[in-house]
Amino acid sequence: MTSKIKGPAIKFGNNIDTDVILPGKYLILVDPCELAKHALESLDTDFVKKTQKGVILVGGKNFGCGSSREQAPLALKYSGVKCVVAESFARIFFRNAINIGLPVIECKGISTAVETGNELAVDFVAGQLENLSNCKKFQVEKLPPFILEILADGGLIENLRRKMKNDRI
Amino acid sequence: MNITEKILAKASGKKAVHPGEIVDANVDMVMIHDLTGPLAVEAFKKIGVQKVWNNKKIVVILDHQVPAESVKAAELHKTMRQFAKDQNLQIYDVGKGGICHQVMPEKGHVTPGAVIVGADSHTCTYGAFGAFATGIGSTEAAAVMATGKIWFKVPPAIKINVKGNFQKYVTPKDLILSIIGKMGVDGAIYKSTEFTGPTIKKMSIAGRMTLCNMAVEMGAKNGIIEPDETTRKFLEGRVKALPDFDALKSDKDAAYESTVEFDVSKMQPQVACPSSVDNVKPISEVGNVPIEQAFIGSCTNGRIEDLRLAAEVMKGKRVKDGVRALIIPASQEVYRQALNEGLLEIFTDAGAIVCGSACGPCLGGHIGLLAAGESCVSTSNRNFIGRMGSTQASVYLASPATVAASAVTGKLTDPTTLETKP
Repeated sequence: MTSKIKGPAIKFGNNIDTDVILPGKYLILVDPCELAKHALESLDTDFVKKTQKGVILVGGKNFGCGSSREQAPLALKYSGVKCVVAESFARIFFRNAINIGLPVIECKGISTAVETGNELAVDFVAGQLENLSNCKKFQVEKLPPFILEILADGGLIENLRRKMKNDRI
Repeated sequence: MNITEKILAKASGKKAVHPGEIVDANVDMVMIHDLTGPLAVEAFKKIGVQKVWNNKKIVVILDHQVPAESVKAAELHKTMRQFAKDQNLQIYDVGKGGICHQVMPEKGHVTPGAVIVGADSHTCTYGAFGAFATGIGSTEAAAVMATGKIWFKVPPAIKINVKGNFQKYVTPKDLILSIIGKMGVDGAIYKSTEFTGPTIKKMSIAGRMTLCNMAVEMGAKNGIIEPDETTRKFLEGRVKALPDFDALKSDKDAAYESTVEFDVSKMQPQVACPSSVDNVKPISEVGNVPIEQAFIGSCTNGRIEDLRLAAEVMKGKRVKDGVRALIIPASQEVYRQALNEGLLEIFTDAGAIVCGSACGPCLGGHIGLLAAGESCVSTSNRNFIGRMGSTQASVYLASPATVAASAVTGKLTDPTTLETKP
């Protein structure tokens, strides 16, 4: 996976919880593409129509709070979300997103410096984010090397497979 | 070090750990359930190992969509049963267990000082027994099932010091709602919350579980309480062996990022109003809120102590016309106890429905869902938009006493104002 991501922003507020990202009634669905159809539908019934070409989701504080359901970041990823940038994340969501290969970046001040529709460019290895629509630049929280490695491999399972294979060799 | 640091240091083979440090910890127990388990099983199969790292340290519990309400749920259950069979894992199937967070300690899978991860956010409940317990996702659960290890960033800790005696019908649920109301839903994000003080020392295991259960609702990585005689009494006969509790006490000079003080002596019953768990008010300030549903149960408040309290309030009364009251004992053990004590008779006489031990309406996936415009007062832990069904429904969180009183009057009611029969 490349560390550089570009795309239009879709912005939400603080405390976007996993029940809003993917309601509990859909947890019996197994296919991630089916899950994706219901991503964030409680807040925006047209969300999935807006994400298909690829977007960067911007959140406020405590993004992804609530349940441990990995179906929440999965639904976002398969709806076309390429990366989530927020002031802060709920910890289980943060880990889940990385483990399924969806980059998540903490960036203080992001929620007031970006509007929906702004074009963003993120480099999560360099720790840089730029709002191309207003030329504002941010230094973002750098992820530790082992997390970058998980993202580079496309997720925790792929990372583990590679490491186990190396161990055997 | 504080208790959380001591447990993480031991689990990662270090003499000491400090907040911010990343450690690779050995895991003592993993729990997966019917909604997070199937993804974990799928991920596990992709890793390429044949067998789990230790089949005695993985527990499978069916509790969310039970009994299966749809063919899809039945298929998920089938997947879990097959995985448990193939890997020779302990499984608590329909009718044999109940809600995972009640079953885990009841059946002896929780030991003080253990590192426990569960593919459910309320795994933090086991902190009530002095374990380091936290929620993870399915993929991570798969990785732990393969390797027995997980990375953690050692969390900074918040000490929550509680004093005072509860007034009648004011409960640990009211305390934790009050704490979350003050701290906010992100007030403890990434952090450890350690509950301590004279009120906690006197508190039952049920009350301690309610506190630790909701630590995640303020973003905490874990909630934890030092194990003591109350812990010993609950666990004796359930676990094979108990560790030395002295090694699980926070040092006098342990570091805390902050300490917050609470006094429960003048606390009123509390209510978390829609649609955020920190939108907490004393019941006297909530106003006139008619309800259509009252739910007593869940991993937060479905224990025997909770049902006793609700039965005391509801005894000899009727659930108001136009209100449906759902009572769901947290486990088969609790169900049996409630049956023996005559509590289920009180509930059924009152016109409440008693359902089988499971998560029920809490997460809006199974029974007891809400229609648009309806309100439910619930002993569960989340009141997010759409949590219990329609996105146009409202959920109020409160104690079993408050929910029982509200079921009787048909509106949010302070249980202390309701006349009860001995």
